[in-house]
Amino acid sequence: MALVRAHILICTGTGCTASGAKDVLAKFEQELKAKKLWDEVSVVETGCHGFCEAGPLVIIYPEGTFYTRVKVEDVAEIVDEHILKGRVVSRLLFKEPMTSQKVPNYSDIAFYKKQHRLVLGNCGHINPDSIEEYIGAEGYEGLAKAVLTMTPEQVVEEMKKTGLRGRGGGGFPTGMKWMFCAKSPGPKKYVICNADEGDPGAFMDRSLLEGDPHAILEGMAICAYAIGADEGYIYCRAEYPLAIKRLKQAITQAEEAGLLGKNIFGKDFSFTLHIKEGAGAFVCGEETALMASIEGGRGMPRPRPPFPAVKGLWDKPTNINNVETFANVPYIFRVGAEEYAKLGTEKSKGTKVFALTGKINNTGLAEVPMGISMREIIFDIGGGIMDGKKFKAVQIGGPSGGCIPEQLLDTPVDYDSLIAAGAMMGSGGLVVMDEGTCMVDVAKFFLNFTQSESCGKCTPCREGTKRMLEMLIDITEGRGKEGDIEKLERLAKSIKAGALCALGQTAPNPVLSTLRYFRDEYEAHIYEKRCPANVCTAFIGYKITDKCVGCGLCKTVCPVDAISGEPKGKHTIDPEKCIKCGACMVKCPFKAIIRG
Amino acid sequence: MAIKSLEDLRKIKNESQLQTKARKNNDTQVIVGMGTCGIAAGAREVMAAVLEELSKRGLNNVAVLQTGCIGMCQKEPLLDIVRPGEDRVTYGPVYPADVPRIIADHLVNGIIVEDLVVAKIPNKE
Repeated sequence: MALVRAHILICTGTGCTASGAKDVLAKFEQELKAKKLWDEVSVVETGCHGFCEAGPLVIIYPEGTFYTRVKVEDVAEIVDEHILKGRVVSRLLFKEPMTSQKVPNYSDIAFYKKQHRLVLGNCGHINPDSIEEYIGAEGYEGLAKAVLTMTPEQVVEEMKKTGLRGRGGGGFPTGMKWMFCAKSPGPKKYVICNADEGDPGAFMDRSLLEGDPHAILEGMAICAYAIGADEGYIYCRAEYPLAIKRLKQAITQAEEAGLLGKNIFGKDFSFTLHIKEGAGAFVCGEETALMASIEGGRGMPRPRPPFPAVKGLWDKPTNINNVETFANVPYIFRVGAEEYAKLGTEKSKGTKVFALTGKINNTGLAEVPMGISMREIIFDIGGGIMDGKKFKAVQIGGPSGGCIPEQLLDTPVDYDSLIAAGAMMGSGGLVVMDEGTCMVDVAKFFLNFTQSESCGKCTPCREGTKRMLEMLIDITEGRGKEGDIEKLERLAKSIKAGALCALGQTAPNPVLSTLRYFRDEYEAHIYEKRCPANVCTAFIGYKITDKCVGCGLCKTVCPVDAISGEPKGKHTIDPEKCIKCGACMVKCPFKAIIRG
Repeated sequence: MAIKSLEDLRKIKNESQLQTKARKNNDTQVIVGMGTCGIAAGAREVMAAVLEELSKRGLNNVAVLQTGCIGMCQKEPLLDIVRPGEDRVTYGPVYPADVPRIIADHLVNGIIVEDLVVAKIPNKE
């Protein structure tokens, strides 16, 4: 094979594909062939870099130049300038949002510099469709070490020593979970990977599955060896077609290489893997509902105990871990438990991947050591709040979690500190909110989600979330009454105590945590009939100020003809007709229309 | 490709790492002047010769880079060799026929090909 002097890495994760990466890829091929550079340059499709905000992303090695928002029209220039002449196309470089400085090199960008990428290390740097590249990145060495040099008991012990806790939400020690399942008697056991990532705003599992599928397979195989399972399932939601495609490809390659299937590494250890596509119900992320769904039943949880480690899939002992948990496993067995446990805090080891979304400059995935402060994640890695606005709160853990207000931004991020603050790690989705966010509205949004995703099996969740949502709707629409807050709190506590599964038990969390830190906003809605953030339409109106020059643009966009006025004279809005859509405010070139 | 031992795995790992070597930072570099003047004087052919020679010798740990016009257009095509901890040496004019000699003597064995040298840039470390 001829020597290749440059590698063009194009991200074709779901985010970048949505913004046109496939066309960019095709154009690169066309341009390189036309310029006769095809033989000396290699074009590689990679998985997600976790920086979808700036996609489509293109990285060119050996320089490591990082191009962002590359369009088809830019490709010819990159080939002519960078590939042919070695000149960086500076207009496509990444610009730091806080300083507006251009950064040519991938590793120097603040977004990546503060991160510690163990789990995401391969994502965006290897071709996920190539098992050779994964092996080249020391892949399957952990499995080799476990199967060839350790007994299953030693593998479980090693896992316990790492202190790794489940990354899916609960934070249960993974080593303990493996031990329970390993100790369960029976010749038939299962390993399940929970890839039913459903939290709004969380996409780390998708990126891992798309960017480094073999790491998940390796982690599952190590687990299977440890607990004595010979069969496994990856339960992946059908909304992730690319992840499923790459997993299937990876399983085929691993089977051909003898890393899955019968007699792995020539030992008496066999492991076959299946993919089960989920239909997109949030409750199927709950382990007992997930197993019911694999068995072909309706995705509904059942009471525990018995825990899956005793009676799981088809009543056989089963170990279920989340994608990110499994993705940690190969690294652990490569470097050893002690090395791994050096990272993080006393009770939360290793790193955690957070999905940054909302009103933040750098939307994307941030993998950081446990114990780093929320402030560092949002302001150093996330690049601060969009449009220079003020930070208000961050919702962590999706609809099961809670919000963290500004005064708690310096709390270390680990499982226990977050619970103390009234939130939870959850899967690690971070939704950042600025000063223009109404916290009652946020609570309503999340409750609306859990209410419509409730499976309906138990009354506290089915009826309770419905009643809570009705109360929140009333409050935000101006029908709030004295005593509503207390009623909400009482109902929330009953649901937490009485619901069957974690989905129901955690559903009131967004309401409880916003009540804890932003009670004044609830009170303003109920008693003063106003929305402090000017979001809830029942309380706001639009006014035209003296800045109006009478251009008449607002009049043309108003869908209900509520605006009147002579040309060059001040216009007025008829509050009776106004439907508060806000179209006029967006259109006004003189910022003469205000909300309030 | 059936992997039955750690050795099998390591073999694939090493082969794969050779292919992706260009994605790592390499201290040893061959830099070809690719300004318009360089291209006009035949820098593309020099580049092809460099790649061919490196590939023939299996030298995967060398970064092949380009640079723009340095204002010495009459000496193009220019070719620089950088070895870690040593002076950067600029050769010119370099034609495809000179390439095997520069790579063998300088890049591999560290002996500067004095008759083709244009300039030496002292190593700053």
